[in-house]
Amino acid sequence: MVKKIFAQAYLWILLLLLYSPIVIIVIYSFTEAKVLGNWTGFSTKLYTSLFTTGTHHSLMNALINTITIALLAATASTLLGSVAAIGIFNLKSRSRKAISFVNSIPVLNGDIITGISLFLLFVSLGITQGYTTVVLAHITFCTPYVVLSVLPRLKQMNPNIYEAALDLGATPMQALWKVIVPEIRPGMISGFMLALTLSIDDFAVTVFTIGNQGLETLSTYIYADARKGGLTPELRPLSAIIFVVVLALLIVINYRAGKAKKK
Amino acid sequence: MNKRFLVFLSSRKSWTLPYIIFSAIFVVIPLFLIVVYAFTDDNGHLTLANFQKFFEHPEAINTFVYSIGIAIITTLVCLLLGYPAAWILSNSKLNRSKTMVVLFILPMWVNILVRTLATVALFDFFSIPLGEGALIFGMVYNFVPFMIYPIYNTLQKMDHSYIEAAQDLGANPLQVFLKAVLPLSMPGVMSGIMMVFMPTISTFAIAELLTMNNIKLFGTTIQENINNSMWNYGAALSLIMLLLIAATSLFSTDDKDNSNEGGGLW
Repeated sequence: MVKKIFAQAYLWILLLLLYSPIVIIVIYSFTEAKVLGNWTGFSTKLYTSLFTTGTHHSLMNALINTITIALLAATASTLLGSVAAIGIFNLKSRSRKAISFVNSIPVLNGDIITGISLFLLFVSLGITQGYTTVVLAHITFCTPYVVLSVLPRLKQMNPNIYEAALDLGATPMQALWKVIVPEIRPGMISGFMLALTLSIDDFAVTVFTIGNQGLETLSTYIYADARKGGLTPELRPLSAIIFVVVLALLIVINYRAGKAKKK
Repeated sequence: MNKRFLVFLSSRKSWTLPYIIFSAIFVVIPLFLIVVYAFTDDNGHLTLANFQKFFEHPEAINTFVYSIGIAIITTLVCLLLGYPAAWILSNSKLNRSKTMVVLFILPMWVNILVRTLATVALFDFFSIPLGEGALIFGMVYNFVPFMIYPIYNTLQKMDHSYIEAAQDLGANPLQVFLKAVLPLSMPGVMSGIMMVFMPTISTFAIAELLTMNNIKLFGTTIQENINNSMWNYGAALSLIMLLLIAATSLFSTDDKDNSNEGGGLW
């Protein structure tokens, strides 16, 4: 019993440490002070100013860029990765190992190496860096995670179901659509979610592939802002909103996953 | 011949083709380019000058060694803090709540720069000076979830009869831990170490923000060189880091198939 209290206390202290900075951001999003840490009375001015058109044009643009880039990259890498996973699953062991190795490179590599290598690619090809190059770069480091989350699903699948579908007169395409896709869908969804979060969270790869045409994502915006010294106060409510949305999303997903498992 | 190619195209194997082409362009060729740039000068002539510059530059070498040191300390602190947490989370006698697990992994989904700035705010709040201590704390704060999650995963899948067997055979709790639990959770520890060490060694913006530009890590050095159009030198430094990463991943070879079998978080 004492052991349990001790263990729970340890977990809670660690959680408190992990969350205290986030809590501080959320608390100080409700005051107007320019500098974080100054409390000048309760106010929701930062929230309203964040959503007033015109005032924080570039911040909102950065947010929109971040979201559209993440959606594009996650969709593309889910398609590319799922198709590749089905192909890899059907390969002979040796070629499968070779592709798996290439697939693991972006996962193991530091972000900075991926970023610089892609930067050198675009520079050598003389491609102007901007929106497209960022999306391509994000597809590059997201797809391996999709492959890694779809492959186990294929391994767990009962191959007889697919054969049965063919025996019952389904064309290979129908069998694929009606048998294989439903089996790997959970893997595709978790791959998509993973790709989405990785893309939104990315800074190191983005900063090397974004070019200097004035395009900003949230990460590069925050970085540029922090380097100038003062942080835009509106970042506080924005971070708070993002955190709450992510928290809600994760709780819903886990609740659903928990329910699905019980079934 | 033509027919055989058509057979390949109509088989499932050909589905790897788009990804093979994509990886060749965006993964293999770019890595090859790092090597090419590292061994050439501005005019494209073959040279070792970039590496010479690194080894003759005490500042660059110091930063490199210092970064490895910081990464090792961060990884160790993460391991010391994370292992007990993972163990408690996976132990059904001490913790039954799945929500607790989610709470620990959740910070991984908040933008790393936002988290870092929040840490800076926290230090400001308690007027803690932004130096080495702040840097290590901030890195630990950022990366400890990456240590907890893989260890938790292996501990959870562990066969508990081994522990009972060890207890039945008269091992005391410490012996049970050292001889049964720890060896069995080694794959998780290894991938945890990888997941913390790799990002900490190659991080750049985080260190700058956490120390107000007082402490420079190797990642920052690389980024500065690339930004100042010293691509060849930057590529050489990247190659050195790449070799370090490769060495670390070879050092911790466990079969990857196993650790990915779980199919992710959900």
